[in-house]
Amino acid sequence: MAKGPTISELLAEAGEKGLSLGKLTINSQSEQFEISEQELRLKMRENLRVMRQSAIDGLEGKRRSMSGLVGGDAKRLEERRLAGKSIAGDVMARAAARALAVAEVNAGMGKIVAAPTAGSCGVLPAVLLTVAEEVGATDEQLVEALFAAAGIGLVIATQASISGAQGGCQAEIGSAACMAAVAAVELAGGDSESAVEAGAMALKTLLGLVCDPVAGLVEVPCVKRNAAAAANAMVAADMALAGIKSNIPLDEVIWAMNQIGNAMPCSLKETAMGGLAITPTAFKIKEAFLGAGKQDKQ
Amino acid sequence: MNLSAFDIIGPVMIGPSSSHTAGAVRLGQMARAVLDQVPAKAKILLHGSFAETYKGHGTNLALVSGLLGMATDDERIPKALELARNAGMEVEFIPTDLGDVHPNTVRIEMTGKGDRNVSILGSSIGGGRIRITKLDDFPVDLSGDFYTLIVVHQDQPGVVARVTTLLAGAQVNIAQMRVSRQKKGAQALAVVETDQKLEDTVVEMVRGLPAVLTAMAAKPLA
Repeated sequence: MAKGPTISELLAEAGEKGLSLGKLTINSQSEQFEISEQELRLKMRENLRVMRQSAIDGLEGKRRSMSGLVGGDAKRLEERRLAGKSIAGDVMARAAARALAVAEVNAGMGKIVAAPTAGSCGVLPAVLLTVAEEVGATDEQLVEALFAAAGIGLVIATQASISGAQGGCQAEIGSAACMAAVAAVELAGGDSESAVEAGAMALKTLLGLVCDPVAGLVEVPCVKRNAAAAANAMVAADMALAGIKSNIPLDEVIWAMNQIGNAMPCSLKETAMGGLAITPTAFKIKEAFLGAGKQDKQ
Repeated sequence: MNLSAFDIIGPVMIGPSSSHTAGAVRLGQMARAVLDQVPAKAKILLHGSFAETYKGHGTNLALVSGLLGMATDDERIPKALELARNAGMEVEFIPTDLGDVHPNTVRIEMTGKGDRNVSILGSSIGGGRIRITKLDDFPVDLSGDFYTLIVVHQDQPGVVARVTTLLAGAQVNIAQMRVSRQKKGAQALAVVETDQKLEDTVVEMVRGLPAVLTAMAAKPLA
């Protein structure tokens, strides 16, 4: 795949034009695909609507995954938060519960927005919907934040990968956390430089994470990693807004992620042939839910 | 490099997996388009990761949804088997080994009205993207990203030229094209991916060309 711009090139362009990363992405997409800015914003608004609905749907806790392993945990965490008992605090618990909620909807064959993938679809809505409530952001600002996230995701996809089969879980959940951290800082009114520092810190923390799905399903450990990645993105955003820097620039963190992904054995890249997927309990789960029947007629 | 912001934040889809669910819907859609109707009967052979995990990912539901003409974000996907029964479609799933192919590969053998039989071999190659590699026994390379014209014809000089001339006359621009045949002088297949919509009247005119046995058109997959 041809390489697109780097993060530092995006930052330079945003600086020159006096645009946020979100607005810059809207501009460049409008040029590249010959679609009006208004149409792009409308399309992203529809994605935002689906994200919001999936978070609401998941918190109701009615859905179960195909295997029955996943479902109802978002509601459990939300109830603890509503009871004022969360040790991580209200904001963090709200984000974590939403991340679980959206990921549970995905596992239960509900409607979600891949961001950047289906397996990591909970992180971005969880972080952005929660931060928007905290800073009083409008839907139009949320749309711009989603474009900022997309702009960063496009760089990761072209310079490295956003696929677990190619780069391990770091490429999915790490990319999602990175995108969410950048977008959260823009939403909170931070500048582009701080936003990118947040992205670098969020991604650094998740480097090396392997893709080891139990029974090959997008359930365990995927759903809970969404909650952890959302929390990670919020901590990274807070650090960046406090003026903390990553030391390693985001472009180089993305390079490192790609290098780690290439070095990762295939058994740890979505094949369910390593890690958690080959633990005794994982085999029992696989046997129980998927072992039955080699042929299926109906 | 044509990735858009909506390839990163998107697609809107029914979970749980872009490759095993959304991609499978699109494979079903392509199969339906090739048969040119909802099949009365579909024998679905699942390979590799599809064979191992199809139940947990709802790959079976997704494939049938595509055959029924649903899109990747259709909330009826979980009920696809019931809907197929109601539509009178007979479906069979067989986990198997299809040989040296992509891990997420399926072969769909369909029977339609008037005992019309068509099979496709296709793979879900990640992010919901698909690749159809065989149509019956003809090697093809179909992405479903374009308007697609499939022409089955007698392998003889001039057929392809007549098809492309007809498309040119209809102001249809060809993006990709591939012609293959079983052996010299036998049946041949032309697959044409185009930038513009193929109107029914154009497809009908292609069907009327000398030495053309049949022709089907497909829209870009949703």
